Amino acid sequence: MAKPLLEFTDRGIYCEQGRFYIDPWKPVDDAVITHAHADHAYFGHKNYLAHHLSREVMLYRLGDINLQTIGYGETVVKNGVQISLHPAGHVIGSAQIRIEYKGQVWVVSGDYKTEDDGISTPFEPVKCHHFISECTFGMPVYTWKPQQQLFRDINNWWQTNKENGVATIIVGYSLGKAQRILQNLDLDIGKVYTHGVIENTNEALRRNGVVLNSTERITQASVKEDVRKGIILAPPSAVGTPWMRKFGPYSFGYCSGWMALRGAKRRRAADRGFIMSDHADWDGLVSAIDATGCECVYLTHGYTASFTRYLNEIGFNAREVHTLYGGEEEDATITEKEEKEETAELTDRKEMV
Amino acid sequence: MKAFAQLFLSLDETNKTNEKVKVLKNYFATVPDTDKMHMLALFTGRRPKRQINATLIRHWAIEASNIPAWLFEESYHVVGDLAETMSLLMPENESSSSKTLTEWIAEINALADKTEAEKKDWLLTSWAMLDSQERFVFNKLLTGSFRIGVSQNLVVKALADVTGIEAPALTHRIMGKWMPENYTFDQLVQEQTASDDISRPYPFFLAYPIQETSERQKSAADVEASLGDAEQWQAEWKWDGIRAQMIKRGGEIFIWSRGEDLATEKFPELHSFLQALPDGTVLDGEILSFRDGKPLPFNVLQTRIGRKNLSKKILTDSPVATIVYDCLEYEGEDIRSKTQAERRSLLEGLQGNSAYQEVFRLSTLIDFNSWEKLESIREQSRAMIAEGIMLKRKSATYQVGRRRGDWWKWKIDPLSVDAVMIYAQKGHGRRADLYTDYTFAVWDGDKLVPFAKAYSGLTDAEINKVDYFVKRNTLEKFGPVRTVKPELVFEIGFEGINRSTRHKSGIALRFPRILRWRHDKPKEEADTLESLKAFLED
Repeated sequence: MAKPLLEFTDRGIYCEQGRFYIDPWKPVDDAVITHAHADHAYFGHKNYLAHHLSREVMLYRLGDINLQTIGYGETVVKNGVQISLHPAGHVIGSAQIRIEYKGQVWVVSGDYKTEDDGISTPFEPVKCHHFISECTFGMPVYTWKPQQQLFRDINNWWQTNKENGVATIIVGYSLGKAQRILQNLDLDIGKVYTHGVIENTNEALRRNGVVLNSTERITQASVKEDVRKGIILAPPSAVGTPWMRKFGPYSFGYCSGWMALRGAKRRRAADRGFIMSDHADWDGLVSAIDATGCECVYLTHGYTASFTRYLNEIGFNAREVHTLYGGEEEDATITEKEEKEETAELTDRKEMV
Repeated sequence: MKAFAQLFLSLDETNKTNEKVKVLKNYFATVPDTDKMHMLALFTGRRPKRQINATLIRHWAIEASNIPAWLFEESYHVVGDLAETMSLLMPENESSSSKTLTEWIAEINALADKTEAEKKDWLLTSWAMLDSQERFVFNKLLTGSFRIGVSQNLVVKALADVTGIEAPALTHRIMGKWMPENYTFDQLVQEQTASDDISRPYPFFLAYPIQETSERQKSAADVEASLGDAEQWQAEWKWDGIRAQMIKRGGEIFIWSRGEDLATEKFPELHSFLQALPDGTVLDGEILSFRDGKPLPFNVLQTRIGRKNLSKKILTDSPVATIVYDCLEYEGEDIRSKTQAERRSLLEGLQGNSAYQEVFRLSTLIDFNSWEKLESIREQSRAMIAEGIMLKRKSATYQVGRRRGDWWKWKIDPLSVDAVMIYAQKGHGRRADLYTDYTFAVWDGDKLVPFAKAYSGLTDAEINKVDYFVKRNTLEKFGPVRTVKPELVFEIGFEGINRSTRHKSGIALRFPRILRWRHDKPKEEADTLESLKAFLED
């Protein structure tokens, strides 16, 4: 039997025929990157290939790297292997990576969500023979409500805080949730203030031509009374820091898919937990996998064991992949997944000081 | 039910005490009186009787969720709460319902004489008209223990604000064996006397620990610095039994345990002495197993606590008596505002006149004239089968709940061993989806023998680290339990140790808990079964 087009190695997903890796976590020559989050776009590769809209954020986060960018649907050929990027709907610039060689098609999902968040290019299913899918929220207890409802709750909460004279701090990752929240806030209520980490990312995206609502970076000169009437966008790394405490009294809301469970919500000890995720929920995962029409689906980070078993029971040919990101349940707790994504935030923080 | 579900949600959404009180007050201000009483009942542990058994509910929930049973179970392990798991897995409701909490509870109670098919039909119809938050509290009503992120104190505080009645009085009025079906809100807020409900106990006064953590032992000098002159205090042994309030009123007797369980029938040995007391007497004390005038370790008493029927054998093997240390009502009068010393002398009078001094025992006062003296007396606690010493200010009134100031417990150090973690299991509630429940082992030759489970004692940060370790070092999985690589060593503290035929190790510990994580110890240096058994000889 011929060697599969993609294999799982200790550096990442590897295409031997094309001599490139996808989201490798150790330094390699050629890396194809699904999106700019720190647990996918690592430092130290010789050449990077990613989507146009990831360009400025990657340069900002990874410094002077050798980066080629292409658009969705555009094809690059490496040693006879066709590579193209397709919208993953996870964050701005996020892509699924489609690989084709001699009629065999593989797709690597990267992180994805099926709901249109209004700012990332919406997810598009791609037909393939082999699909490598994440399943961060691959348990049926995770089902997201439509985001209109979510933002209605967030805007109401902001309005109430403003009326009570309390500052509003909303926490989400600097790439992805920050912009998603920003674009869905009711700006009639007040102004949007940003933590430096988030504003740096916003600036990178604006350089990339992304149109975002106006924001004001919080500095020493910011007037506390004004900030209190607005809403503050902050990254998870700011929670509990003196930076955050100086805005007191405040109500702080945490945006995460893990907030779907009461236990996780209570552990977080946020004033409000908003169930908001840039990953697909249970139904999203099952429908996305179904839409690829694949012969075989490989499940990486998340509740891989249960999700694989379930997919096999309902007629898919599913396999659990252990090698990627250390294997089962790796990302199943808030702490771990966030730690990784927060690494980027912390690097950003250093620049701030 | 919408208001009640919203109450739950709002309480969950804040960590601030003032906010919680505001939410509770808002609830009291908006719902009908009968709902208020049902809410109070639920928040003070008076759940409606379980009308459908948990297995059936689970079974029907799996059916309604349309997923395989194993996936339901896995989901439950992730969520850590059955009521919540069921509410998350069911499809969204298509209709809604405006029934009040009172109406729902009446429906639940009416299930008593329904057939299984009728129950199922009712349950599926009910689920279909509740949104997920309502379904969650509804499922809690049907199944769970009603534990919520709010203490009874806060509920009472909110109720006190709303009604203008003082909190201690309200705390007293919501004690006893009332149910919302026979106790109205009007009755609750009216002036009351003991005769309204002759069984009603007083709220217990609870002592504060004098040392907050086991690692920081207080010396005699520390005690002197915080409590002042030894002259002002009385000291007693801290008995390791069941705290109980014993009532004789209107010719009837009642024994209440601290968990507000009416336990009169569990202690027939105490009935004669209570019957012989004058009407209008309430005593506070400890129930212990006794033999030949000496208290027996707690585990002897434990063997009879859970029993429905007290056989002759149990009554012979584990006969009880009570050590009384306070008197709360004397000649029908509430004397909680008298001083400790005055109450003590009334108690001594009652006991002196009793013909049953074998079972009605007085907690002896320890003779001491300085804190140094008391510190050395305290060393004998274990030999006395006591947990340490109780300190009570001679001028103290009998207060409500756990208060700093006048009653202190000065416990002895727990016993401890260093042990290796070998199994881990996910926790519940706040600790759901995290490995927080551990089994520990000590060496028996070159084998590790499990001897205790412990759930508490680590900080959140430490729990996260252990969870990270467990996920990366799993050797085997048995359902929710994981065998982990034996590597992490913890110091396990416990209050007592006894032989046990039910445990592999041959011993059973009382109150095992994690004292600290021994990062400094390799697993080879953990303690042995032999060293653990040596505690048995003491």
